[in-house]
Amino acid sequence: MAHHTKSKSKPQLLLRAMWKERAAYLFLLPKLILFVAFILIPVVWAFVISFQEYGVFESEWVGFDNFKAAFASESFQVALVNTLKYTVVTVPCSVLLALGLATLINPLGKWSQGFFRGAFYLPTVTSMVIIAMVWRWVYNYRFGLFNYFLDFFGIPPQDWLNQSDTALWALIIMSVLIPPGVGIIMYLAAMGSIPESLYESAKIDGANAFQRWWRITIPLLKPTTLYLTMLSLIGSFQVFIQVILMTGGGPGNATETLVHLIYKTAFRDMEFGLASAQAIVLFVITLIFGIAQYWLMYRRSEE
Amino acid sequence: MGFRHTTNKWITYTVLVVWAVISLLPLYWVFTTALQLGEYHDETTGQTISYVEAEPPVLYPMGIPKYIDEWQQARAAEAANDTAKAEHHRERMDQIVDDTFSGFEALFKGTNIWRWFFNSAYIAVVVTVGILIIDTMAGYVLAKKQFPGRNLIFWLIIATMMIPGQITLVPLFMMVQKFGLMDTHWALILPDLAMVFGVFLMRQYMLSIPSELLEAARIDGASEWKTFWTIVVPLAKPAMATLGIFTFMNVWNSFLWPIIVLNDADLYTLPVGLKTLQDQNLAIFKLLMSGAAVAAIPMIVVFIAFQKYFIKGLTLGGVKE
Repeated sequence: MAHHTKSKSKPQLLLRAMWKERAAYLFLLPKLILFVAFILIPVVWAFVISFQEYGVFESEWVGFDNFKAAFASESFQVALVNTLKYTVVTVPCSVLLALGLATLINPLGKWSQGFFRGAFYLPTVTSMVIIAMVWRWVYNYRFGLFNYFLDFFGIPPQDWLNQSDTALWALIIMSVLIPPGVGIIMYLAAMGSIPESLYESAKIDGANAFQRWWRITIPLLKPTTLYLTMLSLIGSFQVFIQVILMTGGGPGNATETLVHLIYKTAFRDMEFGLASAQAIVLFVITLIFGIAQYWLMYRRSEE
Repeated sequence: MGFRHTTNKWITYTVLVVWAVISLLPLYWVFTTALQLGEYHDETTGQTISYVEAEPPVLYPMGIPKYIDEWQQARAAEAANDTAKAEHHRERMDQIVDDTFSGFEALFKGTNIWRWFFNSAYIAVVVTVGILIIDTMAGYVLAKKQFPGRNLIFWLIIATMMIPGQITLVPLFMMVQKFGLMDTHWALILPDLAMVFGVFLMRQYMLSIPSELLEAARIDGASEWKTFWTIVVPLAKPAMATLGIFTFMNVWNSFLWPIIVLNDADLYTLPVGLKTLQDQNLAIFKLLMSGAAVAAIPMIVVFIAFQKYFIKGLTLGGVKE
């Protein structure tokens, strides 16, 4: 038997191995077909289109023209800056909020923990479409809740969504005020898995509550923090629903963001090549931020 | 120690409760606005008041205190044997109920919202069932079988998880057009079935299933298919519950792609319908919030019923938002 196998050539061995596990391929087949058809091919195709001037009958190769055109256009620059601003404020805020709230919830009893987990997670389950619709109403100049509450603090009413200097901030404030449900739950799970003995021995060494949190909890939560930051980063680079439902990118292009611009470029202006180039820029930015984030956190942990 | 301990506890609870109120206020406001009285003629001042647009805002559905008030007056009139007056107050009570739910009435009569609701529900169910079958099968072999190309396929799938979905919008749109799937639900269902997150989740979970069990089934002469259904699926149920719930939620809430491929109002899903509703009734907030409430209720119910799986899912290898 051993002799027999040895005499076979490599491709034959491979085929034999594949035939032996033919059932595995059959199990994998439905997903593989769907994956290739609706993800792999479209991704590759997107890169191709981004180097083309798209026409209904024929597409023309134009090299990097779409990318040049994208960066040269004012709306793209504005969208880029707005998206970055939005990200730079909302991502740290939501991660820190999640950390803070989880720290407060963690020592509570079972019932209170469950209650707050539910209360903070519920808005996350609700469609962003609904949240955006109600916030448009909350920001209403005359009848909105937001100005009503600001009035208690003596802040004069603003037409938040219709002024170019407040509109983007309105979207930012709203997304900070939506509780970071995912983050809270993941932090709580991570906190629960830290062995109690670490805290006990720190207590014996005379560390106070804050020191124990800062020296034990925070470092051990690092993987969770990294994961959440990435998640939140990807989400905020893709901010779209709030924009289309609350401001339409306006006034002017004060709240134009990358995904909203991609949507407009592709499906209003039918500039498929340009839109694909914009989408690839979005991908590259996400990637750069992701890698930078990973590198920063792991380099710091090595120190 | 005792004193500081209680103070800390008080501060903790205060911060958490205040933040929870802020978090839930928008949802509360959806329902309050949807159930707010419409225009109301105030007999004492002789003015017509729109409660939704009152300054300052009315923070609860005004129908509730009004209804109680009318009810008490009707009771008082009945006690005094003043039938005419009692009748009057009873009528007012009915009016208040009608007025409270008038937003929903206008919604159900004037729009296709039931249709949208049905579309959203059946698409979400079809995709969820499909994903559960397809991804459990794929995750199982990727975790438990050794076959040529396994690692290549797995890493290809993982790599595409990092790519933002917006990249595929244009090519998918062109494909959908080419195959004549514009304005069909296939255009939503097929790309959704291709989502890769579930494969990753199921594979990670399957790694924890002991291989000896599968080996034993094979020695007993069970076919691959039978092994899968009788051993793998029952063991994978917790992960499947999680995957099912998150898939359902994602599909139910999905928005960007549906607004691109659906133009026919009969085919809309709820989020798309809500957007059109808003485009057409920019300032009729009672109506808009009634629509929002109809869309929010199913997810709230699903969440309350399956909360434990939501929580578990997030900690099981990390899920989307």
